[in-house]
Amino acid sequence: MNRIDALFARLKSEGRRALMPFLTAGDPDLATTAALIPELVRRGADLLEIGVPYSDPVADGPVIAASYHRALTQGIRVAHIFQTLRTLRAEGDAAVRETPLISMVSFSIVNKMGVDRYLNDAATAGLDGLIVPDLPVEESAKLQEKATLRDLKLIQLITPTTPRARAVEIARLTTGFIYYVSVAGITGERKALPEDLKANVAWLRTQTDLPICIGFGISSPDQVQELAEVADGLIVGSALVRRLADAANRPKGDVVKEVGDFIGELSGALAPKG
Amino acid sequence: MPPAPSSPESPTSRATASGPDALGRFGAFGGRFVPETLMDALNQLSAAYDEAMADPEFVRELEYYWRDYVGRPSPLYKAERLSKYAGGADIYLKREDLNHTGAHKINNAIGQVMIARRMGKTRVIAETGAGQHGVATATACALFGISCTVYMGEEDIRRQKLNVFNMRTMGATVVPVGSGSKTLRDATNEAFRDWMGSSKETHYTIGSVVGPHPFPMIVRDFQSVIGREARAQVLEKVGRLPDAVVACVGGGSNAAGIFYPFVGDASVELVGAEAGGRGGKAGDHASSLTQGKPGVLHGSFSYVLQDEDGQTQDVHSISAGLDYPGVGPEHAYWKDSGRVRYESVTDAEALDAYGVAARNEGILPALESSHAIAQAFKEAKRLGPGKVLIACLSGRGDKDAFEVARLRGEPIH
Ligand SMILES: Cc1ncc(COP(=O)(O)O)c(C=O)c1O
Repeated sequence: MNRIDALFARLKSEGRRALMPFLTAGDPDLATTAALIPELVRRGADLLEIGVPYSDPVADGPVIAASYHRALTQGIRVAHIFQTLRTLRAEGDAAVRETPLISMVSFSIVNKMGVDRYLNDAATAGLDGLIVPDLPVEESAKLQEKATLRDLKLIQLITPTTPRARAVEIARLTTGFIYYVSVAGITGERKALPEDLKANVAWLRTQTDLPICIGFGISSPDQVQELAEVADGLIVGSALVRRLADAANRPKGDVVKEVGDFIGELSGALAPKG
Repeated sequence: MPPAPSSPESPTSRATASGPDALGRFGAFGGRFVPETLMDALNQLSAAYDEAMADPEFVRELEYYWRDYVGRPSPLYKAERLSKYAGGADIYLKREDLNHTGAHKINNAIGQVMIARRMGKTRVIAETGAGQHGVATATACALFGISCTVYMGEEDIRRQKLNVFNMRTMGATVVPVGSGSKTLRDATNEAFRDWMGSSKETHYTIGSVVGPHPFPMIVRDFQSVIGREARAQVLEKVGRLPDAVVACVGGGSNAAGIFYPFVGDASVELVGAEAGGRGGKAGDHASSLTQGKPGVLHGSFSYVLQDEDGQTQDVHSISAGLDYPGVGPEHAYWKDSGRVRYESVTDAEALDAYGVAARNEGILPALESSHAIAQAFKEAKRLGPGKVLIACLSGRGDKDAFEVARLRGEPIH
């Protein structure tokens, strides 16, 4: 069974929500990424989103865009990222081996490598799915089909600007889980999330049996706790990546611990619901 | 009240079957490679555009502004001394430099801002490289009383400061972009990021035939006025179609505009001049079509300069308006189908053509357009006497005086 399906089945039976941190591969370097992943799993991460650095990420705000830039400046290549993940899958403890990993990757990269090669390498590296944020459903039929052949999930996004009929169609075309984007805008921490967010997710819940996970703008234990009322998973990106901003100049152990503490704090806020 | 249209064909006429199709494809190229957040805005824009172009009132008003405000039709001028200099075909210049604001960009900016107004948008954003599209958009926004924000790379702000000053004078907010190469590509990223969060009240007036569908089609249609006029003018002046049409290609809007009405005329050679920069090494040029490969950038599948991992490469051109690693998808289609030939013109050749046009014809072309003139010299010579060539003089060179002076070691302060 695909690890994503297994995770949500297990969480459902336990009445828990998934904590899903996002981190940029290779920021500040791949050794730190390789140390962060097991630490985040140990501190309560249920699924990890691995950002593949891209030169022109139009859906990303300054924090993640700068993180991608730092990684690319290091000379990070997609092959290096897959190598790091493959090693983790082979050598990590049971929890690390069983934690679903998905890549967040621009279609520019997938297209250039070739859809088949990208998916083959991703599957071999132990990834369970992918999010291609610049590939709307109109363009993703071929990728969806090829991903499914390899038991990889192609997670689609639904946003506050998505009309309802379209949202239903996207939900039908999604595998794994639905990524509900909390705000109309780019990634980045937000103090306040839209007032109708919970209502919109509650509506979407009536249209699909897939897990619904909320991302963009989530940064605090309070937000995690509140959104856990309606979502199956919470994605935290910029708030984590921000903590890597000056990581290159600090002892690696301190960085890993600090990010781990942050995820531990969020995990604590996700107490099992009754 | 705007009077009835003066031109024989309306801007709605789409001359060939090259596309785009319903998915925004020109052959294999084009499409929409954008975040879901923008899809509804693009769908709404497509619908509003089709509806506007089917409305004779809209078309009449657009043509009114093109004529009485922009100064269209722009002349087709026989450049005798440049023809003599080239030593071959007669060179005719399509004088987009004489438009209000000094370039072809205003043709599209007015059209798109009119669409924005029709859609009830209260704010317009734009990216700009050379600043000509930024100025054109700021101008159209001043004309229609709409708030305007222009994203511009810091390097381009430095080399095109006259346009920055003029945009601000017309009430636009110019936002400096300091990320990446600090040029057009980065300005485009920032404009998209703005639109991700603002599309409800904001229209993104993209400045070239790039980006996701329907932008490449919209910009081509609005710029096709250049080619429609040129075609009618050359038939009137020379009594026949030209042997060749030459234009510079950054994103490709002036080229698409002048080529499009000639695409069905098999006898007319179409030649696009890309920025060859300092030479053929990656990073030294911006020749997406002649040196790039099919890939994705800024929402469209087209020729792109990128590395083996699909990361966009840094590019260089002396001309801010051509300093871009991508190109419009219809050009990719024309390249692969063999309908248009694309050539690379170096910084040095363009600077040289700039000087030749100044001294021999009393015309200061924009550095972008200087690439077209340099290519026109080569094509005119190759074609030989008795042949007719049209070069698109896409803009005037006032904005480049500071940069050319600096490069000559005689900075203007
Ligand atoms: C005068 C002029 N010509 C050409 C260009 C290049 O754009 P395009 O290839 O879209 O015509 C620019 C862009 O700034 C310009 O200002």
